[in-house]
Amino acid sequence: MTAAEILSILQAEFNDAVTGISGGPELVATVAPAKLVAVCTFLRDDPRLKFEMLNDVSGVDYLETDPKKVAKAGFDPHLEVVYHLSSFTFPGRRFTLKVLLPRWKDDAVGQLPELPTLCGVWQTADWQEREVYDLVGVRFVGHPNLVRILLGDDWVGHPLRKDYEFPLEYHGIRCR
Amino acid sequence: MGLLEGAMEDGFMVTSLEAAVNWARESSLWPMTFGLACCAIEMMATGGPRYDIDRFGAGAFRASPRQSDLMIVAGTVNLKMADRVRRLYNQMPDPKFVIAMGACTCGGGPYYKYGYNVVKGVDLVVPVDVYVPGCPPRPEALLEGLMRIQDKVRKMREYTKGNPAELPIPVRTGSVLLPDELSTPDKAIEFLKENKEKAKPAK
Repeated sequence: MTAAEILSILQAEFNDAVTGISGGPELVATVAPAKLVAVCTFLRDDPRLKFEMLNDVSGVDYLETDPKKVAKAGFDPHLEVVYHLSSFTFPGRRFTLKVLLPRWKDDAVGQLPELPTLCGVWQTADWQEREVYDLVGVRFVGHPNLVRILLGDDWVGHPLRKDYEFPLEYHGIRCR
Repeated sequence: MGLLEGAMEDGFMVTSLEAAVNWARESSLWPMTFGLACCAIEMMATGGPRYDIDRFGAGAFRASPRQSDLMIVAGTVNLKMADRVRRLYNQMPDPKFVIAMGACTCGGGPYYKYGYNVVKGVDLVVPVDVYVPGCPPRPEALLEGLMRIQDKVRKMREYTKGNPAELPIPVRTGSVLLPDELSTPDKAIEFLKENKEKAKPAK
């Protein structure tokens, strides 16, 4: 089953909550944040699809910090959370979901954008989402333990954001 | 058996207490098991039979800072780890020595510019006695670093009156003892040619 067929099944079920993007090497589905949990549960449980495995959750910050290159960048500043799925029932079948988010919630700088958690659908989402929260700064609503996983608990900021400022000092150790 | 066999009239020799203590101390430097990243693999190789750090009496890797004299910081130190490194250093009994092994611990290494979470040199966290550069350093380089620590121990004068308690800077020789057949370039070329001849498959 190709990605286009999977997408058509999803669109038949969820109408315009799911759209396809074919910019990259393969077709990718974009999901509205409100419908994310329903779409993922459907992908896992539908007998035609059976995506039992969540391989990876990653966060991407789309921001061009150089003002000269903003016009040529080809995107508006936003965050993307990417979910890579694969199936055990149909070996070799893969699918990729994307969710587009604003960089800050309600455009208020410092307020992290929110997304429903997938811990209830795939257990493995727990640590993956903690990593995305830690490094990119996306708040997963309903996550059982949303604390930093890699950096120290008292770290300020989210380092993989493009506009991140390195700390000058951390616990008395010079950082720059 | 050894060098000293039959060398002494009545089985004793005269030396200074400092020299005896330093000799004992330099030949039983116990390092701490402290692998943080890829340099730890080279440190393990140094501890293995091929390079055999036990020849220098430093093969007893201790799992506790309370029992160790030498901290080989092998690998990238990140800021979350830095607190623990300092704490472990404080837990070690005096006299204690630190080897910064690898580019990351010497000064941040490849993470110097964009590593948001990497300490730019472990000397920002604990005082370092010997820096061993390399990414990762060869086991021979680590052994050289250990020998420089031994130089440092040998020069300690802690029982002499009026001597400051601080330790001297280690002597760095930098010269390498080559075997006779490699000592001059001409000899080395001859030797390599010979080796090539020997390596040709027999017909």
